[in-house]
Amino acid sequence: MIIAKDLIKNYGELRAIDGVNFEIAEGECIGLLGLNGAGKSTLLRILSCLLMPTSGKVTVGSQDVTHSPEFVRARIGYLPEDPPLYGEMKVGKLLDFVARLRGVPATDVGGRVQHAVERCQLTEVIDQQIETLSYGYRKRVGIAQAIVHDPPLLILDEPIAGLDPAQIVEMREMIRSMRGEHTLVLSSHILGEISQTCDRILVMHQGKIIGAGTEEELSLSLAKDQRLQVRLRASADQVKQVLDGRAAVTEWKIAAQDEGVITVKINTSEDVRAELSRAFVQADLDLLALGRVHDRLETAFLKLTGDSTEAAS
Amino acid sequence: MKSIWLIARREFASVFRSPQGYIIAALYLGLVGLDYNLRVLGGGEKFSADILKGFFQELSGFTMFVSVFISMGLIAKERENGTIPLLLTSPVKDYQIVTGKFLGAFLFLALLTLATVYMPMLVLVNGKVAWGHVFAGYLGTILLGASVLGIGTFGSSLTKSQIVAVFITLGIGVPMVLFWMLGRTVDRPLNEIFSYLALHNLHFSAFRDGQIHLRDIVFYFSVVVFFLFSATRTLESRRWR
Repeated sequence: MIIAKDLIKNYGELRAIDGVNFEIAEGECIGLLGLNGAGKSTLLRILSCLLMPTSGKVTVGSQDVTHSPEFVRARIGYLPEDPPLYGEMKVGKLLDFVARLRGVPATDVGGRVQHAVERCQLTEVIDQQIETLSYGYRKRVGIAQAIVHDPPLLILDEPIAGLDPAQIVEMREMIRSMRGEHTLVLSSHILGEISQTCDRILVMHQGKIIGAGTEEELSLSLAKDQRLQVRLRASADQVKQVLDGRAAVTEWKIAAQDEGVITVKINTSEDVRAELSRAFVQADLDLLALGRVHDRLETAFLKLTGDSTEAAS
Repeated sequence: MKSIWLIARREFASVFRSPQGYIIAALYLGLVGLDYNLRVLGGGEKFSADILKGFFQELSGFTMFVSVFISMGLIAKERENGTIPLLLTSPVKDYQIVTGKFLGAFLFLALLTLATVYMPMLVLVNGKVAWGHVFAGYLGTILLGASVLGIGTFGSSLTKSQIVAVFITLGIGVPMVLFWMLGRTVDRPLNEIFSYLALHNLHFSAFRDGQIHLRDIVFYFSVVVFFLFSATRTLESRRWR
């Protein structure tokens, strides 16, 4: 659906996007995660043909955004952080205008507007002037204008920014309900939001993509040491006998001890789960649990951005 | 063409949804009426043709002035309010956006200008009216206004401040109006070039006097096309910055 190759965008001397490469398949829900100023909005503006890249290539639906912007624009719905709405217009009139502008046949306009209104729960404000709506409703109208022409690709820049907690839940549900109907690309600097909504995450920092994958993949790819947690019915000495002297075990410590059950945290240089399970059983210890400990996305993100900054300096 | 008309219709309708449009209309019509009563009709008996000449001469000044303010927000306001992505991410070409916006503003200007038609008709109370003269006068006034709207559209494309857009438009428009004075002070062929490029003097005087020349229509049309083309290029270039 989307392929970006060696994408670069400069704003004068400032390099906002620095050699970005990625692919997004049809139907995927992708989250762009990054701190403010990471280049997320610039990347989304390029995907929506609002900006042209300085160099590199982006294709949407096999068409180059530079050579066939009208083709691409007909297939995208874009919501910037601040919804682009004419305040003096009524909700229904605006959606009617946008639908026609984006090439919906006159006979289908009414139906498409009705669908967008119902989808975004705007029925009660359809005849209301946009400038009189709350910010939450204006965001919903922003989504409605992005989907009114039924685009295959939906690009949402910080869709939950500025919303209150109740509105965030509603917006999250609305976005989730659109999965499957559209390929979704959304950005946020809120980690939890991205991990809850998206299939895959692209982590951006200083104009580069410094990590890509699911939350679990990102966490694992970051772990220089694998971290294991083991629960046993054993004493500290028995655990020491099993773990000490093993080359793959770099560090271990007893995290908790309660009524004969001991919890041990182990750092290993490779995946030794099978080997350790056998060793504990052969030592005649009751192995209650053994598993890998994942870094939470927050930790992964901070590591990624921290490592990237260090590498740059 | 459908997209241009859609954008033009929205632009035209938006004028009537904001107080700004009504204020501009009220000031324009009020000042034109006052000026007509005091300056055009005043000063003793006059021939009908002289009244019409005086009326269109005065009307042209007000129309140029109001065109600056009608055009100031065409693109600048969209950028100021953050609504420009709605148009720029739609499957329309930049020239369609610029032309649609210009056309919407032009319809409003034409409506405003034609709303003064009762003034030349007042001449019928004590004299006769040459309808050809009235037609030529309004055609010239609207073409002149359209030229300033074209300059204003370009000015509006350069900034997101409507006030700055006004100054840019005046910065281009006022020298173009005053080119006729420059034409008098320099030698050939520069004097002919400046006289030809003058927005008002050479090209409007025929319309004011009730004559229609193709060369004047072509001139005003060229000014509009040139500045709309420049505004389109400005809009396009912003995508590459």
